[in-house]
Amino acid sequence: MPERRPDESGQTVAPTGTGGAMDLATSEARSLERTPDGPGGTGPAAPRLSAPGGRPRSLWSDAWRDLRRNPVFLVSALVICFLVVIAIRPSLIAPGNPLACDLARAQDGPAPGHPFGFDGQGCDVYTRTVHGARASVTVGVCATFGVALLGSVLGGLAGFFGGIGDAVLSRITDVFFAVPVVLGGLVLLSVITSDTVWPVVGFIVLLGWPQVFRVARGSVISVAQHDYVQAARALGASPARVLLRHIAPNAVAPVIVVATIALGTYIALEATLSYLGVGLKPPSVSWGVDISAASPYVRNAPHALLWPAGALALTVLAFIMLGDAVRDALDPRLR
Amino acid sequence: MGRYVVRRLLQMVPVFFGATLLIFLMVNVMGDPIAGLCGDRACDTATAAQLRREFGLDKPLWRQYATYLGNVFTGDFGTAFNGRPVLELMASAFPVTLRLTVVAILFEIVVGITLGVVTGLRRGRPVDTSVLVLTLVVIAVPTFVTGLLLQLLLGVRWGWIRPSVSPDATLGELIVPGLVLASVSLAYVTRLTRTSLVENRRSDYIRTAVAKGLPRRRIVVRHLLRNSLIPVVTFIGTDIGALMGGAIVTERIFNIHGVGYQLYQGILRQNTQTVVGFVTVLVLVFLAANLLVDLLYAVLDPRIRHA
Repeated sequence: MPERRPDESGQTVAPTGTGGAMDLATSEARSLERTPDGPGGTGPAAPRLSAPGGRPRSLWSDAWRDLRRNPVFLVSALVICFLVVIAIRPSLIAPGNPLACDLARAQDGPAPGHPFGFDGQGCDVYTRTVHGARASVTVGVCATFGVALLGSVLGGLAGFFGGIGDAVLSRITDVFFAVPVVLGGLVLLSVITSDTVWPVVGFIVLLGWPQVFRVARGSVISVAQHDYVQAARALGASPARVLLRHIAPNAVAPVIVVATIALGTYIALEATLSYLGVGLKPPSVSWGVDISAASPYVRNAPHALLWPAGALALTVLAFIMLGDAVRDALDPRLR
Repeated sequence: MGRYVVRRLLQMVPVFFGATLLIFLMVNVMGDPIAGLCGDRACDTATAAQLRREFGLDKPLWRQYATYLGNVFTGDFGTAFNGRPVLELMASAFPVTLRLTVVAILFEIVVGITLGVVTGLRRGRPVDTSVLVLTLVVIAVPTFVTGLLLQLLLGVRWGWIRPSVSPDATLGELIVPGLVLASVSLAYVTRLTRTSLVENRRSDYIRTAVAKGLPRRRIVVRHLLRNSLIPVVTFIGTDIGALMGGAIVTERIFNIHGVGYQLYQGILRQNTQTVVGFVTVLVLVFLAANLLVDLLYAVLDPRIRHA
């Protein structure tokens, strides 16, 4: 297995699509995946340092201690909690109906009770911006879950067992990386007329899994070289046990980092697709739909564009910063 | 070195066929290619059957794919919706997108690497922190929002640029669109350069260079930069293909008649030939850029060459 490493590092990680939106996570995580003595080094089988209190310190409890003290983590976690709450119950802070619009007030500026003004259809921008969180968070969370599950299972198996299956899967990911993401979205989603979020989620999972696949595969290959894995093998542990008990817990850190950062970029991707008219479609309330609708009359009513765009940027930023903080905590080398 | 090149070339072959097949299948899912040919009305059945026979659409899918690839290799990309050959559309669209990509890449190299070096050498100082925060913000704001905002501010409010690019798309007009296209990668190049520099500053060869008493400038330029820029070169190289494919959003905002515009039109009008043709060329560009990067990588890093 070690002879596969040079090939891995020589292989260029290929960015795709939205000017680098989706590839960001892969490349950010590469630094984790590349070094054999990365986060996997301090696993259950590695000698444990004892904290002054006498309790054993694992990578995870160490990371959690760091995270609690990191202001970046605290702020982004707070923003994300707030977003999740309003995604579940938008009426908590915006009791109005996002579809109740009054054409007579189209493009009007802020008014009492309508702090963000009105959009081109006379809908209340504040209500729509708050209610738009649900679509974005749903797409982000579901797509990330699907991508992480598919990518890490396939990547883990390919990295662990190697052979023909690995070669075939790796070439398949090469193929997916060669197809520009936004373009694939335009082609595949342009025929679908559903007004739910599921086609978009499905599309992101379809084109997103190779990214996690590569990270998970590389991570498993590097962890599998450690002595404690050899020891487990020598003791007669079955492949399933070696993979699940010894490799997986130590190889999962880079996947978590990629997935967190990817969540933000998927939200941006959904908005981009909606902007191009193939993501979510007008009856559904989403930031991408609102930005797209507001862009033709941006000269007259910039507020209709700026508020949803600001909310979108803040959300993506929160997830990327969270991913950054988690990576710093899990990879002490970078400090 | 020779074996390395051959291996890379061989690896590209399945990727090319896989990617074109993938797009071919996606476009076939996209809808009936005949539907777009009779204007807004549906074709009557006799005409549809006739057209189907004429275009070979009654044959099985794999034969269609084989025929298409055969034609592509002889330089025939088919006909677009308005009767012009797709090749002609490409001849007008690719130079424009190429110029846009060149502007974007220049931004990445000049601004991105400079910022990365500045922050990497002043790690932890206010300059470093503020540039890092700035890059995060740039990454977080989706390209289409950056584009719309810059168009609103520079084009409409302050009147520094024309909000929409003329059909000629000269280099001067493409500066702001190029910046928008590059923005996310630019931020990323900065971060990558910085990380790489910080990592390499601790290495033994730098300590040796310092111990030898070399001037600081020489240490940074000859020892630190040469080694630190390897991943950056890789990233920028692979970005060429991604930028050309991702230009669709930027081109739509600034009304640039490049590859993205033609593709968007092709998709709207369900013109299979345009979409598949353009994507095939984009995939080729992407693969060529990747190959170039791999070769450059081997030149820069002897460990790869002799592996």
